Amino acid sequence: MAGSPVQVTGTVLTTRRVEAYHALTVVAPAVADRFRPGHFVTVGVGGPYTSMLTRRAFAIHDVKPDYGGTVEFVFRVRGPGTAWLADRRARDTLDLVGPLGRPFPLPRDPCTCVLVGGEYGSASLFVLADVLQRRGCRVDFVLGASSADRVFGALRARRMGETTTLTTEDGSLGMRGEVTDVLAGVIADARADVVYACGPMAMLRGVTAVCVEFGIPAQVSVEQSMACGVGICMTCVVPVIDEDGVTRMVRACTEGPVFLGERVRFDDVGTIPFDALGAPGGRHG
Amino acid sequence: MAVDLRSYLGHVELPNPVFTASGCGGTGRELAQFFDVTRIGAFTTRSITMAPRAGRPTPRMAETPSGMLSAVGLQGPGVEVFAQRELPWLAERGARTIVSIGGGSVAEYTALARRLADAPGVTAVEVNLSCPNVEDRGRVFARDGSAAAEVVASVRAATRYDVPVIAKLAPDVADVVSLARLCVDGGADALSMINMPLGMSVDVDTMRPSLAAGTGGLSGPAIRPLAVRCVWQVHAALPGVPIVGMGGVMTGRDALELVLAGACAVAVGTALFHDPFACQRILRELEELLQARGFDRLADAVGLAHRPAGAGPRNRIELEESSL
Ligand SMILES: Cc1cc2nc3c(=O)[nH]c(=O)nc-3n(C[C@H](O)[C@H](O)[C@H](O)COP(=O)(O)OP(=O)(O)OC[C@H]3O[C@@H](n4cnc5c(N)ncnc54)[C@H](O)[C@@H]3O)c2cc1C
Ligand SMILES: Cc1cc2nc3c(=O)[nH]c(=O)nc-3n(C[C@H](O)[C@H](O)[C@H](O)COP(=O)(O)O)c2cc1C
Ligand code: FES
Repeated sequence: MAGSPVQVTGTVLTTRRVEAYHALTVVAPAVADRFRPGHFVTVGVGGPYTSMLTRRAFAIHDVKPDYGGTVEFVFRVRGPGTAWLADRRARDTLDLVGPLGRPFPLPRDPCTCVLVGGEYGSASLFVLADVLQRRGCRVDFVLGASSADRVFGALRARRMGETTTLTTEDGSLGMRGEVTDVLAGVIADARADVVYACGPMAMLRGVTAVCVEFGIPAQVSVEQSMACGVGICMTCVVPVIDEDGVTRMVRACTEGPVFLGERVRFDDVGTIPFDALGAPGGRHG
Repeated sequence: MAVDLRSYLGHVELPNPVFTASGCGGTGRELAQFFDVTRIGAFTTRSITMAPRAGRPTPRMAETPSGMLSAVGLQGPGVEVFAQRELPWLAERGARTIVSIGGGSVAEYTALARRLADAPGVTAVEVNLSCPNVEDRGRVFARDGSAAAEVVASVRAATRYDVPVIAKLAPDVADVVSLARLCVDGGADALSMINMPLGMSVDVDTMRPSLAAGTGGLSGPAIRPLAVRCVWQVHAALPGVPIVGMGGVMTGRDALELVLAGACAVAVGTALFHDPFACQRILRELEELLQARGFDRLADAVGLAHRPAGAGPRNRIELEESSL
């Protein structure tokens, strides 16, 4: 069944450094088979008897048919879990669960798409671009990060995109500033019909605001701290306005990570909005 | 020969002693993507409340050494939606379902038990006593033995006679044995322990509490010694009362440790976040360990660690000889 996740012990095929990031390719045919752009995997870290109980989530960057099917993910060392992953070598094994989450919805007819990536958020956009282009869509990229070494995939974007605009906060690559500073111009020039974005919450909020002005949909992939990745711990929730107009605290790992941007109450992330279903003292409570 | 793994909560027979812990198995549907939820001893729901609850703000989770802190705040759709959409799904599949309930007052627990009394598919009711009592300035019921006993008694009275009521206790109370005794006197057919003790961590980068709620419940292997201690003390004082042991069970060995301390069943919580197949794996490992130690029946291992030092294991053959 497409989409239904599996747990596999995969062998690490290759490891590589890409600027500020590490990339691991793991043999996992059952995950690769079920993959759609926007899916993520979770990885058990620390080996047997680990003291790190929560799984680490990573967007799937690429899948390839080698050895029956491989998946690649890209990460930055942040804490002990990612430090352990950075020490993995070819032929080590990794405990993966995937593919997880709601993937990027795809347009039915050919249209113009702007793909926006912040930091490692761009990792999940290239397989998406590939699928969109095969459907006859035009793809433009906007990639940004704090500095040049943190812009992931600039070369690949330049090869694939109709246009590619890069931004860095320190001006070390492309325009100085943030992706949201240039996005309106890119949308206008390309006459974009839809925007796909993956990156930090603040960036997604900005991207959504620009898209609302243009009256076009933004499909955003959010990042929220997760313990299980499969929908059972309820720690990864974000306030999202449902189709019936009611705000619910929904799981980023299961109902997301991809949401329609205008539905996500970015200003209220980290709170329980007073009008959310079941909020303390709320109307619905 | 296969070990007889049947486990009993009061007079309810379960095919094996490995359950999911409350709040750690979602609605059942999520885990069903990985395994057949009817194969485990019982599925325990998250604590169901009367009204829908949005829970606590995020971050709700922080990893700690061999454990995690969480403050979900009983997020859920409320008992009506649960009874209409979640319980029937479990019942249709034939899962044995322990419905955990959580309330802010004795009246709310009673109303929950009443609402569930005519819902088909309830194998047992578990009373989560770690909820703040709104009528006692938010002091949790488990901290006040008489309030806890009152809740248990009213839930027992509102529940069908053939559905066992399980009182769930936390370790951070003055005297877990007297609390257990009060709950049993109030009518609890079984006890489950332990719920999460309260903990906290501070993020040294942001220099703020790691959880939005400040404090949170600690779970995982970090609390296993507390669980073993509570099960041990309560089984010693109330040897006839069935205990569902939980707290940091990651492997069959951990499950056996709780069984030897006095648990007749074990529940698996945080381990499921790490390994969605944890319940089956733990069940298999437990069976192998019992087999390797010469047990024919799980029941013979329950509380065995209480035998005097130097005494051999109470296995079946010895019992038969002594009965001659
Ligand atoms: C859907 C999704 C996709 C992601 N994709 C990528 C990716 O492609 N590349 C990448 O580098 N990172 C990605 N992340 C973030 C990544 O999961 C965290 O960087 C990683 O978990 C940190 O682990 P650690 O042990 O190094 O850090 P620690 O801070 O020690 O982690 C402690 C705990 O907090 C959780 N946690 C901490 N930060 C995050 C976070 N930002 N998001 C989720 N959980 C967190 C961890 O899972 C762990 O349980 C993604 C997160 C999500 C939710
Ligand atoms: C995220 C999370 C949510 C929980 N929710 C509940 C709950 O709703 N009701 C309840 O009685 N216990 C709840 N618990 C406690 C567990 O059922 C269990 O008692 C505890 O976590 C110890 O077991 P473990 O170490 O195997 O997780 C929760 C635990 C966690 C980690
Ligand atoms: S990470 Fe556990 S429910 Fe989303």
